[in-house]
Amino acid sequence: MFPAPIQEAPAAKRYAYYALVAIALIFWLLPLMAVLLTSIRSLTELNEGNYWGMPKEWKFSNYIEVFQQTPMIRYMLNTVIITLPAVAGAITLATLAGFGLAKYKFRGNLLMFCMFVGGNFVPFQILMVPVRNMAVRMGLYDTFWALILFHLAFQTGFCTLFMRNFISTLPDALMESARVEGANEFQIFWSIILPLMRPALAALAVLIFTFIWNDYFWALVMVQSDAVKPVTTGLSALRGEWVASWQLISAGSIIAALPPVAMFFLLQRQFIAGLTLGAVK
Amino acid sequence: MNSPQQSVSLAGEAALPSKRRGISIHLVPWIFMAPAVIVFAIYVVIPIFQSFWLSLFDWDGLSPTKKFIGIGNYTALFQDEQFWTSIKNNIYWLILFLFGPVIGLAIAILLNQKVRAMRIVKSLFFFPFVLSGVVIGLVFSWFYEPSHGLLNTILGIFGLPQIAPLSDEHLVTFSIIAAGLWPQIAYCMILYLTGLTAVDPEQIEAARIDGARGLRMLWHVIIPQLRPATFIAVVVTVIGALRSFDLVQVMTDGGPFGSSSILAYFMFQQSITNFRMGYGAAIAVVLFLIMSVFIAFFLRHMIRNERG
Repeated sequence: MFPAPIQEAPAAKRYAYYALVAIALIFWLLPLMAVLLTSIRSLTELNEGNYWGMPKEWKFSNYIEVFQQTPMIRYMLNTVIITLPAVAGAITLATLAGFGLAKYKFRGNLLMFCMFVGGNFVPFQILMVPVRNMAVRMGLYDTFWALILFHLAFQTGFCTLFMRNFISTLPDALMESARVEGANEFQIFWSIILPLMRPALAALAVLIFTFIWNDYFWALVMVQSDAVKPVTTGLSALRGEWVASWQLISAGSIIAALPPVAMFFLLQRQFIAGLTLGAVK
Repeated sequence: MNSPQQSVSLAGEAALPSKRRGISIHLVPWIFMAPAVIVFAIYVVIPIFQSFWLSLFDWDGLSPTKKFIGIGNYTALFQDEQFWTSIKNNIYWLILFLFGPVIGLAIAILLNQKVRAMRIVKSLFFFPFVLSGVVIGLVFSWFYEPSHGLLNTILGIFGLPQIAPLSDEHLVTFSIIAAGLWPQIAYCMILYLTGLTAVDPEQIEAARIDGARGLRMLWHVIIPQLRPATFIAVVVTVIGALRSFDLVQVMTDGGPFGSSSILAYFMFQQSITNFRMGYGAAIAVVLFLIMSVFIAFFLRHMIRNERG
């Protein structure tokens, strides 16, 4: 193990280590703690200039105020309406495609794989004008579908890479024996491969959920009305209205960040498994 | 990842059940891939070519006719001061973002211990990665706020001069990059933590017996074994640096006076705010070409790995 286990070090060194970790962590989270502290302060206190002392009163009502005074609930709901179908769609298409790429040798296999992987890395700007025009022409501009379809299609690239690599690790012998018993390729996929995919599906779903939940660029380009706006562009618009009401901006930011953060803490193992795919060879 | 692929298209083809049902085995993978290939082509592959084409036109995005102007957008672009400012800032982003893997590795080494509560400490270091760019932009805008922000409060405590990171044109890009590094370091850290678990303990023991310790051990034994993690960390960092958009848009709108603009933001501004879609497409093409170098590098590495 590297570095050498700290438990075996002398006591002084051990305590120095704990102190170092604690200090590093505090510095690391400093900007965030500032926002947390501000979100529970009253406006009067901020006006008095008490920014960083202990709050005189803990004003959790800032959070309620955000919901009462702004369409925050609507924005959150919009994000859910956009995110869930896009996640489900991308994963479904990618599981099928990943199976095709992982378990069949055919001309163009590597080319298709490179298309998915390379496409996944292109800058959004090279897609922006044509994709936006297409949405306008199809009458989808400023609707949920504009975002759902784009995210679904784009994330299919990353998901296919992920699924293809995962399915490659499943032994071919499973498929062979099913073939000998007379199963066709689609039955093999459905009853042999798919049941083994559960951990990969979970890992991928958590990861893609976060990616789409946090999207800002496409929301900016594809939708504009409050009825469809997701929480990212919603929050950014509210900031323009609130100007200097930092207690509300802070509370709003925390509300917007909560779902992906909660998801991460609940499903940490899946999340990290998805993210670090390929970090160990 | 490198399990031998099966060649169903070779031996015993005629005996395969799919044949009986009238579907050639050659078609099977394409049937599985068709939906993904179609949506990906429509939304990703074809638009890339369309952008190249569109960059040869003068178009406001609204009028039904586009005016062909050849390379006019590009010649205008190369004379646009804002373009060169954006390129310069993109280079800053690219270089400074490489602190992501370096600091990420340092934190990973710090945290790679099996002591109580380490799991939660690791999660706390990692979780900025799951925050959206908008939230990070707002968090740092508040942190940098000149009159009441925490940064100036801390500088004040140590008697240092006050700064206005986001309205000083010499500081602004670096201040945004620092905010962008926050989640990027977290990402690299988690890649290295995973990499460290796979380091061969026998080699470490052998090196210890040979008297290697600390930095020597790190440099000669650990880092070579972390190559896969380093490769991915550098790739995602470079791509992330060139893709950055959210923070600039949220924190400064490219300001003050366009000094924090980067290509991704410049493109958005020209096409959406100024209705210069053809010009925007030309900027996108330049950004795409820069990124293609890195994408090609990544694909080449990946293909080599596949062929093993």
